[in-house]
Amino acid sequence: MTERTRVRAIINGEPVEFLCEPRQSLLDCLRDVLGLTGTKCGCNDGNCGSCSVLLDGRLVNSCLVLGVEIEGRSVTTVEGLAQWPGTRIIQQSFVEQDALQCGFCTPGMLIASKALLDHNPHPTEEEIRTWMSGNLCRCTGYERLVCAVQTAADQLAAIEGAE
Amino acid sequence: MTTKTPPETFAVIGTTPPRVDAGAKVTGAAVYGVDVMRPRMAYGRILRSPHAHARIVRIDTRRAEAMPGVLAVATAADLPAAVDDTANDRYARDATLASERVLYHGHPVCAIAATTPEIAEDALALIDVDYEPLEPVLDVCRAMERDAPILHPDLRTRSLAGMGTTPTNVAEHLRFEIGDPDKAMDAADVVVEREFRTATVHQGYMEPHAATAEWSPEGTLTIWATTQGGFSVRDRVHELLHLPMADIRVVPTEVGGAFGGKNVGYADIVAALLARKANRPVRVVMSREETLLATGPTSGTWMRVAVGARRDGRITAAKAELRFEAGAFPGAPVGSGANCMFAPYDIPNGRIDGYGVVVNKPSTGDYRSPGATQAVFAAEAVLDEVATLLGMDPIAFRLLNCAHDGTARITGGVHEHIGIEQVLEATRDSAHYRAPCPESTGHLRRGRGVALGFWGNWGARSSVTLTVAEDGTVSLLTGSVDITGTRTSLAMQAAETLGLPLEMIAPAMGDTHSTGYSDNSGGSRTTMATGIAVVRAAEDLLARMKERVAAWWGVDASTVTYALGAFTSTTTGDTMSWAEAASHQFETGGAVRGQGDVNVRKWGAAYATHIVDVEVDTETGGVRLLRHTVVQDVGRAIHPGQVASQMQGGTSQGIGWALYEGYAYDAQGRMLNANLLDYKMPTYRDVPTIETILVEVPYPGHPYGIRGVGEAPIVAVPAAIAAAIHDAVGVRPTRLPMDPVQILELLGIIDP
Repeated sequence: MTERTRVRAIINGEPVEFLCEPRQSLLDCLRDVLGLTGTKCGCNDGNCGSCSVLLDGRLVNSCLVLGVEIEGRSVTTVEGLAQWPGTRIIQQSFVEQDALQCGFCTPGMLIASKALLDHNPHPTEEEIRTWMSGNLCRCTGYERLVCAVQTAADQLAAIEGAE
Repeated sequence: MTTKTPPETFAVIGTTPPRVDAGAKVTGAAVYGVDVMRPRMAYGRILRSPHAHARIVRIDTRRAEAMPGVLAVATAADLPAAVDDTANDRYARDATLASERVLYHGHPVCAIAATTPEIAEDALALIDVDYEPLEPVLDVCRAMERDAPILHPDLRTRSLAGMGTTPTNVAEHLRFEIGDPDKAMDAADVVVEREFRTATVHQGYMEPHAATAEWSPEGTLTIWATTQGGFSVRDRVHELLHLPMADIRVVPTEVGGAFGGKNVGYADIVAALLARKANRPVRVVMSREETLLATGPTSGTWMRVAVGARRDGRITAAKAELRFEAGAFPGAPVGSGANCMFAPYDIPNGRIDGYGVVVNKPSTGDYRSPGATQAVFAAEAVLDEVATLLGMDPIAFRLLNCAHDGTARITGGVHEHIGIEQVLEATRDSAHYRAPCPESTGHLRRGRGVALGFWGNWGARSSVTLTVAEDGTVSLLTGSVDITGTRTSLAMQAAETLGLPLEMIAPAMGDTHSTGYSDNSGGSRTTMATGIAVVRAAEDLLARMKERVAAWWGVDASTVTYALGAFTSTTTGDTMSWAEAASHQFETGGAVRGQGDVNVRKWGAAYATHIVDVEVDTETGGVRLLRHTVVQDVGRAIHPGQVASQMQGGTSQGIGWALYEGYAYDAQGRMLNANLLDYKMPTYRDVPTIETILVEVPYPGHPYGIRGVGEAPIVAVPAAIAAAIHDAVGVRPTRLPMDPVQILELLGIIDP
């Protein structure tokens, strides 16, 4: 067995320390080492987006990042979304717009939506479809997901406007 | 979404509450098969054949077994000997772990359990397997030739004439006939005959197959699995491992997509073998590569279809030959394809010959309307060409020829309670069909297509228990797995029947120890058949509650009535709320529950049409969808939002099948695109907004009129897109997928 490396990082706002093998992906570390199974493995080669997380606020496929690479960095997974009112609105929008069936792609979709709205708070439908196109959904045909992201953007804009 | 609803009012049915599983799914809390963790759990991996066809000369696992951290190694030798050495027993065992031969690239040969996934992966490389490669056969037509390589020396053709006598790859030959098709075809004014091919495609569920097995010291087994039905897993474990059924507890998890592909497990038996040898719980999670290589995609096909019609547009004859690849073991959905292909039409003379043929590819499984999408692609293409030749509008042509209640079918029986005419009329009257097709500009040619699909649906066995708690809330436990929002649609039927608010019903999936037998959630059966079990259980619960209220009041139960949350005595006029009655349950005899167990033997079929506007780029051969509408008879939409979502999802999968998806193999039979980059499924940018029109022709065999809705919407998608491509550029695709290469070949821009 390979020597394990100690990694310290901030995960969902909490300081975390863990041991991992150098070959383990961030996805493996989240799921198998830290028990954060909300992040899913759909392909393990960066083609489906089910493992999307935010790394220092940037959208990444956690299957393509090594666990050791997150030393000193900050990771947000689906389990962390409920901490912030803004992301709770995105979750609620997915529920209200019925933007899921099996739900397996949903954690990645939520993370990708948050990254989009952080980057572009008023996306057009075309911009949503382009940004999200790295995240596959096999159940819904995508339209409800587009509606959910649009609705969340509108609600977040309304809150921002009111403040 | 548009709904055409007959006048009838319900309190809960027809509303669109949030799905009960949504909260867990947007927080990451939902536990899927891949997420199951057990104390001391070990990790299983499977070694797979690099060859499409080979004899196994030797398996040496000693180096792997000696590796630190390796807990168990399993081969076919660890499967108990078959009780009855029938061919089907042997196939089931060889599909689990190959014994003498490997029959496709990815065929499981050996399995390993280790303390970490990394050790298991490293140990796979230490298993030595010597193979003697054999000539593979990948093509269904080649596999039917007399001198083709034979996969199973003991296989004989099963047909109406009995069993064949010579070795063959043709596992079955079906024939269906009505009238005199030869004579009618000769007499037809117009005859169109074409040949078609479709590629092997995968369901593409996002969650790979996964199972976790754990043995008790007493020798009983628990399996957590991502599956369409816990009881089917139990039954297969019983058959292969010879355990008493009640010693096997299967706990279905949340399912990350299935679409028929999780009717059979590919990790469960292996996990059980490894866990027994390792004496620890073992989880087996398949990779995406393994999922594409070695689960059950649907058949690649070769088909020939001929249709004859009179000058006035009436179809007089139809003939078809369907050759469906079964993959490595018998079991192609050719009967189901035959059953569906001409089902929407009144055709007095017809013949369908269907062949299920083994080839060196993964053994095919079910995929959303198994067999129908391929066969309907061929049938509808020929029908569209007939309509074009006769100068008829495609919907008028179909209205003229569509089946009605009482119409006899080529595959036997007569239609009952079908809503096909209503679907066609709604299609004709839709905003999409009334709007003009966008004009072509330069090399961007635009066209419209319409096609009609059928799926028969299913009924079968379901079990539901409703238990009322002391505060009046009701738990709903079912043996049916929720793959499509089932918990929500079942809870809605319970609330409607009990006259209670939906919030008072808490639905859950049971396991094989907690519920009665329930068939897989497949065949679009669950909301319908398990729904009948829900209504029975609710009626049973109401009867028992009336007895308890009567006992409390000291009156006869027949004098107690119930409506909308309140019991009333017809003799004294006393009333009691549902919640109060529930609170008295222990004083009136103990817990109160209602049970519904059904074996539903009749069900209503579903029809769906698609209207598609496409844009074909004649320079690149690319096809883009501009507008898409799906119209379907759903019987009664319990949750119209979820029904529309099923229609959009099925359509989206049909778009992938039509334009992008297909297994690619090299000459040795090695799969070339076992990943989601090269096996391209539709993305956000490929699927347009899919408009849905729900037609409700209630099915009288269900208390609320439900028909299954999940599968029908995929069936006619490739056919509709093919018709639209023809309308745009004047050539007819005959192969799936309709990729740029095929389009450019048809346009004469590149050579075939």
